[in-house]
Amino acid sequence: MDPDKLVKLRLESLSCWYHQHQALKDVSLEVYTREIFGLMGPSKSGKSTLMQILNRLCDLLPEVRVEGRVLLDDEDILSPDYDVVNLRRRVGLVLSKPTPLPRSIFENLAMAPRMAGKPRAQLPEIVEEGLHAARLWDEVKDRLYDSALKLSGGQQQRLCLARVLAMQPELILLDEPTSGLDPISTAKIEETLFQLKKHYTIILVSNNTKQIARVTDRVAFLLMGDLIEMGETSRVFTVPRDKRTDDYISGRFG
Amino acid sequence: MRLDPRYTQILVKALLWGMTGFTLFILVFIIVNVSIKGLPQVTPSFLLEAPHDMGRAGGIFSTIVATAYVTLLAILIATPLGVGTAIYLTEYTREGLATRIIRFGAECLAGVPSIILGLFGFVLFVLKMGLGWSILSGGLTLAIMVLPTIIRTSEEAIKAVPQEYRTVCFSLGLSKWQSITHIVVPSALPGITTGIMLSVGRSLGETAVLLFTAGAALRTPTSLFDSGRTMAVHFYILAREGISMPNAYGTAAVLVVSILLINLVAYTLMQRLVKRYS
Repeated sequence: MDPDKLVKLRLESLSCWYHQHQALKDVSLEVYTREIFGLMGPSKSGKSTLMQILNRLCDLLPEVRVEGRVLLDDEDILSPDYDVVNLRRRVGLVLSKPTPLPRSIFENLAMAPRMAGKPRAQLPEIVEEGLHAARLWDEVKDRLYDSALKLSGGQQQRLCLARVLAMQPELILLDEPTSGLDPISTAKIEETLFQLKKHYTIILVSNNTKQIARVTDRVAFLLMGDLIEMGETSRVFTVPRDKRTDDYISGRFG
Repeated sequence: MRLDPRYTQILVKALLWGMTGFTLFILVFIIVNVSIKGLPQVTPSFLLEAPHDMGRAGGIFSTIVATAYVTLLAILIATPLGVGTAIYLTEYTREGLATRIIRFGAECLAGVPSIILGLFGFVLFVLKMGLGWSILSGGLTLAIMVLPTIIRTSEEAIKAVPQEYRTVCFSLGLSKWQSITHIVVPSALPGITTGIMLSVGRSLGETAVLLFTAGAALRTPTSLFDSGRTMAVHFYILAREGISMPNAYGTAAVLVVSILLINLVAYTLMQRLVKRYS
């Protein structure tokens, strides 16, 4: 553990209920700045739920109840008077299914910064930087005003990433971002994440253990809402401390 | 008696085509009948001159103006109310007793016969509120008549917008109202416009409501408080009182053509909206 690394995000005894069913059980972990933190586990282990708590998208679902603390830079984002809109600008989320908005490519990226108050003159620059960061610029620079829906699946997903990057977030959440994509698009996105690590803190959720092993620095294994194990990726994948971790990694279940 | 499936296919296809054809035939028959009898009357002077001699001579200019005023007023009132209600029902409330009551109320309102609405408008606007026979009374009552249509179509259109769009907007830091005005409503615009166009069509043809509220004055209305006679009412009076069948047909032809034109414009507008927002 690098003593120079600051803690970007800390979860303290985070629990979450969907009606009566407990989706997250007392999860505590730390994510450091500028690392790629992996969250792995089979379906229904609570990974997506955790993501949605991190940008308080869970607020939209009244059947969800959350307890515990989530500290972003030492501020509890779950406290009622925390500025949620600002939170969502600092924390970007890319979903598993590419979701371009029914607008032009330019508009997809420019909309959120504009709503956040960025002056109109700056928007083209913001859009270009976002597209560059997501490695999409070269492919779309000649058709910025075409509908985003015309892009291929992999391009759309990179567009979603670019959209998040245009807001210059501090924390980027990716919930199974490559699950529906072909290997080439997947590789492109993984490459992009390596580049982005230099400036952003990234949490990557994946059901694909090989991707976790390829991409992440540290990883947490969630099973049915419980945090089973956590640590440096290389360590967890070579000498897991818990048998369930070993079984999951080896593919005995999942 | 079991028929060979091939024959049933052909039979059913013929039957369905027949039904469609019959429906279209009725529509075409009405349009052609009215046009043949009425279009010869429609000269520029017919459209631009005021009626003389109780409508036996002259044109129908004042009725065109009255129709336009009353329809415009109805749409201007009903659209914000209707779309606003639809937004409230879909975005700001959860399905529960309150929403069911509101929706039930709107459905009931939709079922009220127009003549009853006319009576209601007469009692409330013309008498009680002292507005008298006027464009205002007519417009307000028409607005009540078309409100359920606008609410229903707008609600359907807004509900049809994929939930993912809203999720994306929120996770990018947009407020609820921002996501509604910038993504949800624009995406629902084709559906909302359909509702508005349906309402315009209904308003143009509405007779009973306006007879009771806007009156039948032949003078060209110049203010909201003036009484006015719409084209549909004019047609009714000319035909029923036997004043002038040719002019009646002329009015009907203008009405039918206007509705066709408006629908055409609305359709092209919608195509453009759909292209722009998807």
